[in-house]
Amino acid sequence: MIEVDGLTKRFVVREGRFRRSRRTVDAVAGISFHVERGELLGYLGPNGAGKSTTVKMLTGILVPTSGHVRVAGLEPSRQRIQLARRIGAMFGQRVQLWWDLPLLDSFELLRHIYRVPADRYRASLARFREVLELDPFLGTPVRQLSLGQRIRGELTAAMLHEPELLFLDEPTIGLDVVAKQRVREFLADANRERGVTVLLTTHDLGDIERLCSRLLVIDHGRLIWDGGIDDLRARYGGERTLIVDLEEPAPPLDVDGARVERVDGPRQWLRFRGSAAELTARVAARARLVDLQVAEPDIEEIVRRIYSTP
Amino acid sequence: MADALLLYRRLIAAQVRSQLQYRASFALDIAGTTLITFVDFLAIVVIFHNVPSLGAWTVHEVAFLYATSCIAFAFTDLVIGHLDEFPQLIRHGSFDVLLVRPRGTLFQVIASDLALRRLGKALQGAVVLVYALGGLDVSWDAGRIAMVALMIPSGAIVYGSVWVAGACIAFWTTEGGEVTNAFTYGGNFLTQYPIDIYGRWVRRLLAYVVPMAFVAYFPALYVLDKPDPLGLPRALQFLSPLVAVVAAVLAGVVWRAAVRRYRSAGG
Amino acid sequence: MARVRLNWEIAKRGYRRYAAYPAATWAGAFTNTVFGFMQAYILLAVYDHRTDVGGYDAVDAVTYVWLAQALIMTVYAFGWREFALRIKDGSIAVDLARPLDPQRYWLAYDLGRAPYHFLYRGVPPFIVGALVFDLRTPSPLDFAAFPVSIALAVVVSLGFRFLYNSAAFWLVDYRGVVTLSIVVSLFFSGMVLPLAFFPEWLRTLAHALPFASMLQVPIDVYLGKHDGLELPGVLALQAVWAVALLGLGRLALNAGRRKLVIQGG
Repeated sequence: MIEVDGLTKRFVVREGRFRRSRRTVDAVAGISFHVERGELLGYLGPNGAGKSTTVKMLTGILVPTSGHVRVAGLEPSRQRIQLARRIGAMFGQRVQLWWDLPLLDSFELLRHIYRVPADRYRASLARFREVLELDPFLGTPVRQLSLGQRIRGELTAAMLHEPELLFLDEPTIGLDVVAKQRVREFLADANRERGVTVLLTTHDLGDIERLCSRLLVIDHGRLIWDGGIDDLRARYGGERTLIVDLEEPAPPLDVDGARVERVDGPRQWLRFRGSAAELTARVAARARLVDLQVAEPDIEEIVRRIYSTP
Repeated sequence: MADALLLYRRLIAAQVRSQLQYRASFALDIAGTTLITFVDFLAIVVIFHNVPSLGAWTVHEVAFLYATSCIAFAFTDLVIGHLDEFPQLIRHGSFDVLLVRPRGTLFQVIASDLALRRLGKALQGAVVLVYALGGLDVSWDAGRIAMVALMIPSGAIVYGSVWVAGACIAFWTTEGGEVTNAFTYGGNFLTQYPIDIYGRWVRRLLAYVVPMAFVAYFPALYVLDKPDPLGLPRALQFLSPLVAVVAAVLAGVVWRAAVRRYRSAGG
Repeated sequence: MARVRLNWEIAKRGYRRYAAYPAATWAGAFTNTVFGFMQAYILLAVYDHRTDVGGYDAVDAVTYVWLAQALIMTVYAFGWREFALRIKDGSIAVDLARPLDPQRYWLAYDLGRAPYHFLYRGVPPFIVGALVFDLRTPSPLDFAAFPVSIALAVVVSLGFRFLYNSAAFWLVDYRGVVTLSIVVSLFFSGMVLPLAFFPEWLRTLAHALPFASMLQVPIDVYLGKHDGLELPGVLALQAVWAVALLGLGRLALNAGRRKLVIQGG
């Protein structure tokens, strides 16, 4: 679905009082990756890392400086309009809907812009109305919608024409917990049931953990990670935590391969690498265990670690 | 093409509906526009209070120039006047939204609004036209009628081309957009008066670079059967439609080039 | 002393708000220059037939054109809606709760803004005009009186603008009033044509209205149309209009404030 090879985007920045001094910046410096149809992947990176520049090149907004890119078999910069019919895009912070019009009117206009046949449109819209519960505010002007409602409207707008590929930029930003959950479920369904390929650019690690099986991490224009989340954990995960509940409070356990991070009554937190089962055996040999848990390092920690690894 | 027109109609239908929603407000808007644009004609009236002619033109002849130029401009202003706000669109990053849609960007920008109140200018232009023709002795024939019928859309297209080309400045600087006003509103102001009163290099600019002379002046010479005070070739009087087409094509080229640059250089 | 300091700070803010967009200012100055050229030629065409129109000769007329272009933005002739917008969106409630009178605020703000527009949108087109055309040189006295007249013109203009903006207190759709006010002030200020060109009766009417004090009066001062006691006389007239308009604006503000308190925003 997406083929990227040596993709580069170089900007010339003019600075100074009269914009006389020039500096070239490689916003994206030769990245390569492939995305198969039906994947749901996350695209992560610090601000200014090159995420939105990449997405802009994939959607045809920006022309690459060099490199090869194919999306749905098309070249985005040359076949912009053709590609536009097959992709949907949603920029969380930019409004695509018509501000003064009722939400439904926006959908109607988009239907005509994308030339969606009437019956497909009706079916599609019915589905979104049900899943995203749009009916209460379909007739409300977009400018009067709450953020959560607007996001649901924008998602619908991005998907009404049944695109094969979705680019989502911060779709859950600013939403409350319940709304985030709803959007995530919706996206997961779209991906699972209808095979929509999704590239999710986000800072929200909850999105990543709950939705993405694969993660691309970009920093300073370079791809520093391309792989599954579990592999990420394994590689950068480092230490895990074994939380043991002893029969009674005890001094910090002295066990090979683990160090006690914290003690709270009968509960102790042990940091360790390697096999949890082996460590459990060793702990059980020292003390009477009532219960235990294994805590994975959270993504945030892992990603922070990646960012700080040179 | 038909599909594009249909889509255009749909896109502006919502804007039009909301404008017509409040009848009284809308009537007031149109009246306001009519009045404010009529002041330009009042200036002409006051001038002719002091002199019998301007350049080689009488008050009715100047009124003819004024009227045709205003009507043409009013229609352009109606359809693409909102291009004045284009710099804001770029500044807010909303242009990118247009690039992700399967339609031309210029089409989408033009189809985003239709400010009906701008027809007020055409209204007062029509009134002045009646006044002008009432005081002129035009030997009407098929050719002259056709010329009047053609000069207005041709003029509108020339204005539109200048507007579109001027709007492209927004791709370079989102603050310098006002420069275009000198050519759009300035161009309109200029064509309300006969070209022969302007200095030589201004005339050259008007005839050959920003072809404003073809909006009203040259066609008027033919309709009014007036010998050109500047002594220019008669053929120029028939060129307005051609100039309009060339201008439109050039404007399209400029727009496409500007968008290409925007897509290469980034926001 | 604190009041002076406060006004100074507000004036600086008015200046900075426009100084922050130099590109827009240059674009505007360019537009002024282009319009100046067109108007100059139009008026010169009149002088093909006459040497004097209402006391203006050709040099007066062309000088008028470039002075008018220089002063349009200085006195902000084309309409101002900021105060009306604040009334409409409700921010006026915050303004009125502060110990800062809105009229005084906008006056100080405008007096800060005007020098910026005069320097950067007024002077450059005038210089271009002076290089291409033959312009009148003012006498030292007139040249000294000119900035005083401009300052008074700005106050008269602000007074009028504040007044028509206050229509927003009462009218839901105030745009009609604003448009009408702008049209009338444009025409009678001498913006469209020098008042000297008007027929006698219209000229008399124009001079009885405050709008002439916004534009035509400073221009005529520069052109030396007022000698002897007429000079201080015409400056006094501007001052009288300034006071009158500000006074009416104050009445409108108080009435508007009362209405807001009683009926809510």
